[in-house]
Amino acid sequence: MPPRNSWLYTVIVALVLCLVCSALVSIAAVSLNGIQQKNKELDKRKNILLAAGLCEPGTSASEVAATYEKTIVEMLVDLDTGQIVDVAKPGEKKSAGEANKTAAPASEGDQKATEEPAAVTLASYDPRKAAKNPKTRDPVEPAGALPGIAYREPYASIYEIREDGKTTGYILPIYGKGLWSTLYGFLALEADKETVRGITYYSHAETPGLGGEVDNAGWKALWPGKKVYEDSGEVGLSVIKGKASEDDSYAIDGLSGATITSNGVDDMIKYWLGPTAFGKYLAAK
Amino acid sequence: MADPKIKDVLLEPILNNNPIALQVLGICSALAVTTKLETSIIMAIAVTAVTACSNAAVSAIRSYIPSSIRIIVQMTVIASLVIVVDQILKAVAYEASKTMSVFVGLIITNCIVMGRAEAFAMKNPVVVSFWDGVGNCLGYGLILIVVGFFRELFGSGKLLGFEVLPLSSAGGWYEPNGLMLLPPSAFFIIGAFIWVLRSFKSDQINRDPVL
Repeated sequence: MPPRNSWLYTVIVALVLCLVCSALVSIAAVSLNGIQQKNKELDKRKNILLAAGLCEPGTSASEVAATYEKTIVEMLVDLDTGQIVDVAKPGEKKSAGEANKTAAPASEGDQKATEEPAAVTLASYDPRKAAKNPKTRDPVEPAGALPGIAYREPYASIYEIREDGKTTGYILPIYGKGLWSTLYGFLALEADKETVRGITYYSHAETPGLGGEVDNAGWKALWPGKKVYEDSGEVGLSVIKGKASEDDSYAIDGLSGATITSNGVDDMIKYWLGPTAFGKYLAAK
Repeated sequence: MADPKIKDVLLEPILNNNPIALQVLGICSALAVTTKLETSIIMAIAVTAVTACSNAAVSAIRSYIPSSIRIIVQMTVIASLVIVVDQILKAVAYEASKTMSVFVGLIITNCIVMGRAEAFAMKNPVVVSFWDGVGNCLGYGLILIVVGFFRELFGSGKLLGFEVLPLSSAGGWYEPNGLMLLPPSAFFIIGAFIWVLRSFKSDQINRDPVL
């Protein structure tokens, strides 16, 4: 053993310590990953329900799961055409995707199936990955419509609310840059696809008390009942600076002290509801 | 220095040598996470786990640490433990970990954790160092819980999420004190706590050394 305080000894101690600590951290991260993913999925479902006003912030996990199963149908939409490409069947979400994948080669022969792009199904499609991959992503058009984000996924999940066999609303995933972070959230629309039903953000890192007020229940309560489209077909819904007048059915109060976050919310509403994102789907039928 | 006893290191920091009230360490997180009692309690548990384990770990390897990199070694141990605690929180208390966000990661910079590792664990055996960590964080946790109790009660009329004072906005009689939801209110409560504590234990009062 080299003498303590020697150069060699110090390096050895540092290396051993780093190895032990990194092993500890990796074990914790890997072994807990399963539970964390489950929590994340549940949190996402809860936020989908929160956006639509179908549950309360304090609702228990089992109730959230039950309500989600009962009322929400996830669908995958091609944003360029507005066509639905896959619909989740309640209770057999995973198996449906696998069946699709195995069915394709059988009907068309092995040779052809390898050349064709894989079928886009809910079970296999990850929008966030697709938005990052240069092969699968589409540009955000017109350029600059979503500041800070140049590419988006070509297919996006939407959630249809079915109550007593009738469609009572739609929930759209939205995201865009605020001041510090990308805000991810859900915007719920009524069955007429023109009236806001609610909004919620489930992931962001804005300043608590300023931009972080997008989580404020009082601010979120301003959204339900607002109109999305003007008579001309343009998206009229907007977050304005200061206080909106009460009879203005398109304007939402800006968050005071958080101009950049407010602008980010405004931009993402305009983009995602606009003709180059969900607009095509919403205009159909 | 005489060998410290477990009972002393465990109980002394709660009132006699409180890390927040007497040493005025660890104020940052005491301001940030105490708007609700629940987050205060989770933060107190998390800091206790980190300090106790880091004290034990640093003490166990204290005779092998080269003095030139001892602070970095302590930081590495503490940082690893904080990541582990953060991962566990995300697995068992996801909602709470979301509201506490960066403040769990910031346990790394909590002066109490580092202070105990450097001042106590580097000189004392493993078991007593472990209990020293627990004791100091009991003192820290006590303040956090007291502050969280008053801030949640007067700021939002609730305790642990249950309504105690019916709010006037929901048809009750209590008009919530908005200041209590902002960080400065924790200063007032900690100040009041120190005032009360020192009026009972007058030896904690700072005397002007010149006079």
